[in-house]
Amino acid sequence: MASGREILTMRHISKNFLGVRALNNVDFTLREGEIHALMGENGAGKSTLIKVLTGAEEFESGEIRITGIPRPIINRSPQEAQQNGISTVYQEVNLCPNLSVAENLFLGREPKRLGTIDWKTMNKKAVEAFAAMDIDIDVTLNLENYSVAIQQMVAIARAVEISSRVLILDEPTSSLDDSEVNKLFSIMRKLSKSGIGIIFVTHFIEQVYEVCNRITVLRNGELVGDYDVESLPRLQLVAKMLGKDFDDLAEVKREGSDNTSDDTEVVIEAESLKSTSRIRPFDLAVNRGDVIGLSGLLGSGRSELARAIYGADAAKGGRLKMKGKPLNIHKPLDAMKAGMAFLPENRKEEGIIADLSVRENIILALQARKGAFRQLSRKEQEELTDRYIDILKIKTSSRDTPVKQLSGGNQQKVILARWLLTNPDFLILDEPTRGIDVGTKAEIQKLIVNLSDQGKTVMFISSEIEEMLRTCNRMIVMRDCVKISELNGTDITQDNIMKAIAGGGVE
Amino acid sequence: MKTLSSVFKRITSFRLFLPLLCLALVLIVNLIQTPSFFEITIQNGVFYGFIIDILNLSSRLIIMAVGMTLVVASSGGTDISVGAVSALAGAVCVAVLGTGESYQMPYYVSILLALLIGVICGAMNGFLVSYMKVQPMVATLILLTAGRGIAQLVTGSFILYVKPAEFGYLGAFLPGVPIPTPCFVAIFVVLVTWLILKKTAFGMYIESIGINRKASRLVGLNSKLIMFLTYVFCGVCAACAGLISVSRTSSIDANNVGKYAELDAILAVAIGGNSLAGGKFSLMGSVIGAITIQALTTTLYAMHVSADQLPLYKAVVVIIIVALQSPVLIKWVRSFTGNFLPAKVAKEAN
Repeated sequence: MASGREILTMRHISKNFLGVRALNNVDFTLREGEIHALMGENGAGKSTLIKVLTGAEEFESGEIRITGIPRPIINRSPQEAQQNGISTVYQEVNLCPNLSVAENLFLGREPKRLGTIDWKTMNKKAVEAFAAMDIDIDVTLNLENYSVAIQQMVAIARAVEISSRVLILDEPTSSLDDSEVNKLFSIMRKLSKSGIGIIFVTHFIEQVYEVCNRITVLRNGELVGDYDVESLPRLQLVAKMLGKDFDDLAEVKREGSDNTSDDTEVVIEAESLKSTSRIRPFDLAVNRGDVIGLSGLLGSGRSELARAIYGADAAKGGRLKMKGKPLNIHKPLDAMKAGMAFLPENRKEEGIIADLSVRENIILALQARKGAFRQLSRKEQEELTDRYIDILKIKTSSRDTPVKQLSGGNQQKVILARWLLTNPDFLILDEPTRGIDVGTKAEIQKLIVNLSDQGKTVMFISSEIEEMLRTCNRMIVMRDCVKISELNGTDITQDNIMKAIAGGGVE
Repeated sequence: MKTLSSVFKRITSFRLFLPLLCLALVLIVNLIQTPSFFEITIQNGVFYGFIIDILNLSSRLIIMAVGMTLVVASSGGTDISVGAVSALAGAVCVAVLGTGESYQMPYYVSILLALLIGVICGAMNGFLVSYMKVQPMVATLILLTAGRGIAQLVTGSFILYVKPAEFGYLGAFLPGVPIPTPCFVAIFVVLVTWLILKKTAFGMYIESIGINRKASRLVGLNSKLIMFLTYVFCGVCAACAGLISVSRTSSIDANNVGKYAELDAILAVAIGGNSLAGGKFSLMGSVIGAITIQALTTTLYAMHVSADQLPLYKAVVVIIIVALQSPVLIKWVRSFTGNFLPAKVAKEAN
């Protein structure tokens, strides 16, 4: 399968970005019918290489060739890239939530009749396109009515629909659950059989070995190598990505469940708490020093449970106590004043304030809690910022750099810094490691364990069960917006979680 | 060479560089066309000249632009009712004082009432935009049309005149002071606003909710209240500008006070290099923008362009100014300097 003709070659690509060498003499080759993984830590240059290829960024030197076009191509815009047969599905869904699924699918290429849009044909073709992917949805509903997973599928369907030779999937699986990932993989295999070359950018190493034929590894903007999947064991891949032997991930390990007995101060207590979201009323008690995981499939109500506690979705009934005192939370500020912190699932939309500087993003929550009239002095702001840039090893050219210029992992660290600065007793971290490189993931996991050692309480939501197994001492399992099970200490195993999710519980 | 190009780069990347450049260009045209433009003389004990005119007449616009800047920054929308609100506030002020030989009410009461009208109008706009989630332009359209109607009600559809001479002080000169009073008012408003933004965290709050409302709410900011307050503040600024207008002529003409002022105010914000999509803003940029607009108007008058043709010439210059600041053009220019300047630097380094 991997023996097909070369359909895309990138040679000696170099690009400077804000004075930093983002790509240095990078080669990349994609063959017909190949699923090619592009791997590397954050800042390795994966995104930049993709952006250069799709015309979202310019490059300084090198050449790109695609079969069928006799001269080197330079894509100046994503549209031009599409004309040259290169389509992309980005990590964050870039579609119009207020348009219907069918409209999103055909946006810019609507079937026309007498100069107006032929809705009937468009909807019919949309249904067919989704049927081919085994997805059964109402294509006339607005996209915003669907889960992130379905939106992602629509984005992929759109890219597939635009007849392409090269399909780029940039972190497509980070918001999909297992069955959806499997569905995506079967679609990818089908497409590759039809001769399309797929570039698959991901952080999930397992997925690479499941679906890919070849791997290209980048590090610090340079090409490390181009390998057959069979010839590169996992451990070596990680070593190549990090440029060293790495077992930090394995080091993050809790001692076990023994600390549940000696410290039993209840920090958070919820009694039939209900919010405006669709989650059912739930009871919950969290002890001091707990790292409590929320597990369940996508859309099972994990995030909604956390949001209800923090007041991100307004409360609609039930009682909430913190350290025995009843709380009345109408808005996030109330929760903050009670000592809570909340890192939301969607970094781009609910986390970072993109145009503000790293400094402003870090001090924002503390300043909001202090109120407008007690402004932190510039000096205090700078000291606090520098301290957290140092502690969390945030990579930024200066503290006044707009946060949008940082890589995803560093943006996430900025948000973590923002909350650590408020010195909370109870931190809610919703998918803090999504779309983040292995190294940063390990750092964040270590941080969670450290916080719990310091007597802080952490609520941790992650789609990666392994990550939660490493860090949590208690686990809540959600299914269909109901809290169905609680696991403690040694009961927290992958098997038990699976069983609980699948139904029946472990009682 | 190296230092020269780096100095050049530093100057051009300075945030207010383009707004200042535009203002300078307008003034340079004058230097060539109307050499007497920069002359300042003293007549009747006050300063006199085109430059003084510009500063004097731009004061109202500066005040409105300051309010508009905050509205734009917090909501990514514009308050198009400021002209009408200034007329209404002026009407109330005049109606309270009456048309007799002496005031019916103390002067300060009329000022406070006029400013209160500004607060009420701003609160209404702010309530609609921030709590009812009405599009800013639609929400403020209500007062754009209704405001003048109410002002006509207040004045009984007459042009009312205020007789005591002191009433004119605010719009012209205080006795014995050679500098026009509106300049002091404008400086006061800008200074107070600047201090509020500098000494409290409101500046950052406003930028934050303008950039990302959802995220701002989750870090504990009361986005709705902050946005509401910016509209209230904008209303007060509009009322303040209205007071200057009625004082200048010692009369209220509800149809014409502050006519089209909303457009100039929005333009001032834009010329000042501020994004109308909200978020980060520069107060000084808007002030420079306001002065540029007035300088342009005065320039055209000095070149004997008739009042009817003025909007055409103004439009042409505005297009040029806005084009100068367009990111596409800047990128295009940078691509040239980017190609040539660093090459020289690189050679020298070798």
